[in-house]
Parts: sequence; structure tokens; C-alpha cells
Amino acid sequence: MTSLYDEVQAAPGEGVPTRRVTIKVNGADRTVDVEPRLLLAHLLRQGLKLTGTHTGCDTSNCGACTILFEGRPIKSCTMLAVQADGHSIETVEGMATASELHPIQEGFKEEHGLQCGFCTPGMMMAAKALLDKNDNPTEDEVRWALSGNLCRCTGYQNIVKSVLWAAEKMRAESK
Amino acid sequence: MYPSRFGYESPKTVEEAVALLDASGGEAKVLAGGQSLVPMLRLRFAAPEMLIDINGIEGLRYHRVDADGTIRIGALCRHEDLEEDDAVAKAVPTIAAAAPLVADPIVRTRGTFVGSVCHADPQGDWAATMTALGGHIVAQGPKGKRDIPIADFVIGPFQNTLAFNEIAVEAVIPAPKGVRIGNYLKLERRVGDFATASVAVALDMVGDTVADAGIALAGVGGRTINANAAASELIGKKLTAENIASVAAAVAAVAEPRTDHRGSADYKRQIVKTFVERILTGLLSTSQKAA
Repeated sequence: MTSLYDEVQAAPGEGVPTRRVTIKVNGADRTVDVEPRLLLAHLLRQGLKLTGTHTGCDTSNCGACTILFEGRPIKSCTMLAVQADGHSIETVEGMATASELHPIQEGFKEEHGLQCGFCTPGMMMAAKALLDKNDNPTEDEVRWALSGNLCRCTGYQNIVKSVLWAAEKMRAESK
Repeated sequence: MYPSRFGYESPKTVEEAVALLDASGGEAKVLAGGQSLVPMLRLRFAAPEMLIDINGIEGLRYHRVDADGTIRIGALCRHEDLEEDDAVAKAVPTIAAAAPLVADPIVRTRGTFVGSVCHADPQGDWAATMTALGGHIVAQGPKGKRDIPIADFVIGPFQNTLAFNEIAVEAVIPAPKGVRIGNYLKLERRVGDFATASVAVALDMVGDTVADAGIALAGVGGRTINANAAASELIGKKLTAENIASVAAAVAAVAEPRTDHRGSADYKRQIVKTFVERILTGLLSTSQKAA
């Protein structure tokens, strides 16, 4: 069975009008021809094989597809790939280095911030957007910043702890 | 789901965008923040032949207070721009109160104020806010610009009065008569859900007398509810417990709530009444403290 997400291929069919776009993804320029209707989330997953970005809903509700667009969090299922032309984006794959986890990833590990893990990439990107702006958030500020991201497993408690853990670590590291 | 096929243009000027709209003969849609349009495309509630993306047009992302007190909000001003503690938020407390309640924090980084007013969703926070404030929309078409008063702009659910070849380039809120106060309250079961009920209140005060009053509702009808007639009872008077109760009852009477899983019609009407009372009582006590 072909899933719905496989049907609009990142590589368009013959005769379909496309646009050539160049998007800086996690620091590297990627040039691709896309159909205007291709969603950025689908380009990332199918075209660029960056499957860390998840798509959970059809209504911009769940936030699993959250990435950073010019440093600000967006829902990549609610932006067309063509709209990212000339822009810089960051996905969860850009977080860790080859040898080291990002403190936010470490935080999720240390504080058990995930169960099934489906919402986790979006949670971590939303958390990164917060910590990039505010390195010492209160618990309320963390909850507020993550209020656009749904988790069906954890009840959020450990996610919030994870982000606070990461904030503390990042503050310690920047000293 | 994914959208049906469409053409895509990303003009660099408003004039170019208007020319593309004009040439489309009504089959094009303007893409600004896209936080309502893209989900609608995905669900195929909308299937335009062409999208005209205005995000590449310089000079549309602004919001400011002019020297004469007029507030201007450009077509690409994002919700989050109004959330920061800035001049517009200070000048229009109703906007400052509503901004953090629009959708969720991630949607607010993309979605636009003007786009939300144009979308005219009966649930829309900004259509209600603008209705209470009584501003206008500046529409730019092939023959230039025209001002459309908000009451003539949002005319029904998802209906505005832009011509097919016009773009809403700016929302304008007139300078207050005196000092502008106000608030916005929204009851939602969780962040990002449709509101059970929302109430926008904007008052212009000269001393302790109400010089102008606007109230509008979202989520309690098939369209944005304009309750300005009910609010006008306050004009020329001081706020008192009696006239607050009377206005709250009158506003609740013009709500058109329907019973659904968010609550019964009676319950929602009661929320509207309570919110109007709560907002006006809060404004009265703040203004008494200030005096």
C-alpha cells in the first residue's frame, strides 16, 4: 500500500510545472526542483530524506513538524517548500554533532522527556527556539513556548523538566 | 493530505501582485502567513489555480503608531510582532491582550494580523478586535488604494469585501478620543482549539467618561458578532456597576451561540455576559486607581 505522503513525490512527474529552489538546510545549501504544492515537511522527509521532522496531523495542530525558519519556530506542514527558497532552516538533524548530543537532546534523555518519541523532534525544535531567546526560562515560560506542540504520552511533565535541564546545562556551558 | 495543483508567483512589489491578481480573473489567492490558507489547501476546502505569495514584498512587515496616534499594521505583520511589549501593544490594550491568545506560539510566528482579519473566521480574534476598535482596511487594486471600514469589510463567515484584484495592504485603527483602554478574554479548552467564547472590548476615555465604546465577539455565532450598538449605551457616561451589568446583558443578547461539544448555547451566552462584566469592571477599577 502506498501511503498518502508518498503520493506527491518530492521529484515531480513529467510535464508538471516546477520551481527550482535553494534552501539552506542545517547550514548546507540544497537545490531542488519542486512542485509549488509540495509542503516543506514533505520535501524534508521525502526529498531530502530528513525524516526526523514528523508529520502528525493535517490541521497545523500538533507541532510534530516544527522546524526553525530563519531562527523562528514554524510548522513545516503549513509552509510550502517554494516559500523557503533563499531561506535558512534548521531541523532536528542539525542539533547533534557527530560525537555529541545537543544539551536539549541530552535533557530529553536524562529526564525521560519522551515515550513513543513521535512529538519529540517538534518539541525539541520549539524548545530550541525558546532557549535561543531566553536562556533562563521559568517553568511557565517553557509550558507557554511548548503549548503549540501536542504529546499524547507523557503528560508534558518530563518534557518541561527536560527543557529546564537543558537550559541549566546551556547556561553552565556558556559561562 | 496535500493540496491540489496550483501555479505559484512570488512578486516583489504590491503593484506586481495586484497585476497578477487582476490577470487571474478571480482564480488566484494571496498567500501571506498561510496559517489558515495552507491547512485549507491541504484539506482541499480551497483549490485556487494560482497562489500569489506576498512574503517577498519588502516593506509590508511593520506596525507603528503615527505622531497623531493612528495605528498602522502592515500586511506582513506577524501575530508575534504584536505580542512583544511595544508601542502598538501599549497604545491598544485590546491588541496586547489578544495577541498572546491567537492560535499557538508557533502559528504566531507566521500568521498575520491583516490576513486573519481578511480570513473573517467567525472564531477569529483579530476580526473581533478590529470590529471593537472600529478601524478600516486599506485595499490596493489596479486603480489605487481605498479604505474599507471594518464593519463593511467583515460581512459574514469567511467573507470580506475585497474585489478579486485587490490586496489588503494595511489595517488602520484611528487615534483614540482621549485615552484608549480595553481588554480581550477568550475561553478555550486548550491552546490552539476553537474558542468557546471570546470578547473584545475597546473604550476611549476622556477623564472618567466613556467617549467611545466598542465590543465584538468571536466563537459565539456563525460570523464575527458586532456588539457595538449594545456597547454604545456607555458613551457619554461614567462606568458604573449598573451600566456594566446592563451592557453585559445587552451584549449577551446579541450573541448567536450554538450548542456543541464546547458547551450549550446558554452556557456560552453566560460566558459572554461574565466576560463583558469582568473586562469592564477591571477597566473601571484600573481607571479608579489611576485617578
